[in-house]
Amino acid sequence: MIPLSYYLVLSALLFVLGTIAFFIKKDLITQFLAIEVMLSAGNLVFIAFAKAMGTIDGQIIVFFIITVAAAEAAVGLAIILLVYRKKKSIRSEDMNIMKG
Amino acid sequence: MAYFLFFALSIICILSVIFMIFVKDQAYNALFIVLAFACLGGLFALLDAPFIAVVQIIIYAGAIMVLFVFVIMMINLRKEFSPEKKKLTLILSLVIGVVLFIEFLFSVKGAFQQLSSGSTESIGNPTSLGKLLFTKYLYPFEITSVLIIAAMVGAIVLAKKKDKDKE
Repeated sequence: MIPLSYYLVLSALLFVLGTIAFFIKKDLITQFLAIEVMLSAGNLVFIAFAKAMGTIDGQIIVFFIITVAAAEAAVGLAIILLVYRKKKSIRSEDMNIMKG
Repeated sequence: MAYFLFFALSIICILSVIFMIFVKDQAYNALFIVLAFACLGGLFALLDAPFIAVVQIIIYAGAIMVLFVFVIMMINLRKEFSPEKKKLTLILSLVIGVVLFIEFLFSVKGAFQQLSSGSTESIGNPTSLGKLLFTKYLYPFEITSVLIIAAMVGAIVLAKKKDKDKE
């Protein structure tokens, strides 16, 4: 029986690594991948707590999160394709039209 | 056995995310994330959630990452990204990572003592999950289908615009 705290620490580590990857990487696709990593870290916490509390509701929340993540990935990748067609670049530093 | 599986899966998962940070090629990045998500599916199976584990592997590691790989193939950037010369960004992101990690540890510290044992009976069989999904969570389930249709239409409209401009 693995204690709950191991899962919580693993999930915190994954979330932090996703955050660091989001800030270090410069291309939009890898930053989007880092956001997916952060979402998955949240899923892990939900399932770990569902196991610890003995209820199944957490798993259903994770089911919905995965569905929403699929929708978000479809729209986000379409936006990235559109940006690439307009600017011929997916570097996030080039997206500076709104820079004040 | 469970401890061995947990540590093996979590080490592979964290290492693949770290490799994602250091490898420049986007296609390799996507494949590393596939590996990390497959390991997370294994962890979900360890946590008595077989249905969510299968959904994680089929939808996340399968469908969504295939979408990513297709977009990487269509964009096909061969020119090298200029090396990140900003040391300041690296240092600041490491600082924010450490601070966030300590903050997470403090926020879940209460759960370490109270819920460390966990229930022993199996909870996550797909039958009970489906029953709950179609009774208590029926309205969120239906609204999710509307969301999926909206996202599909939005993605098609966004990706199609170029052809109209050309004609």
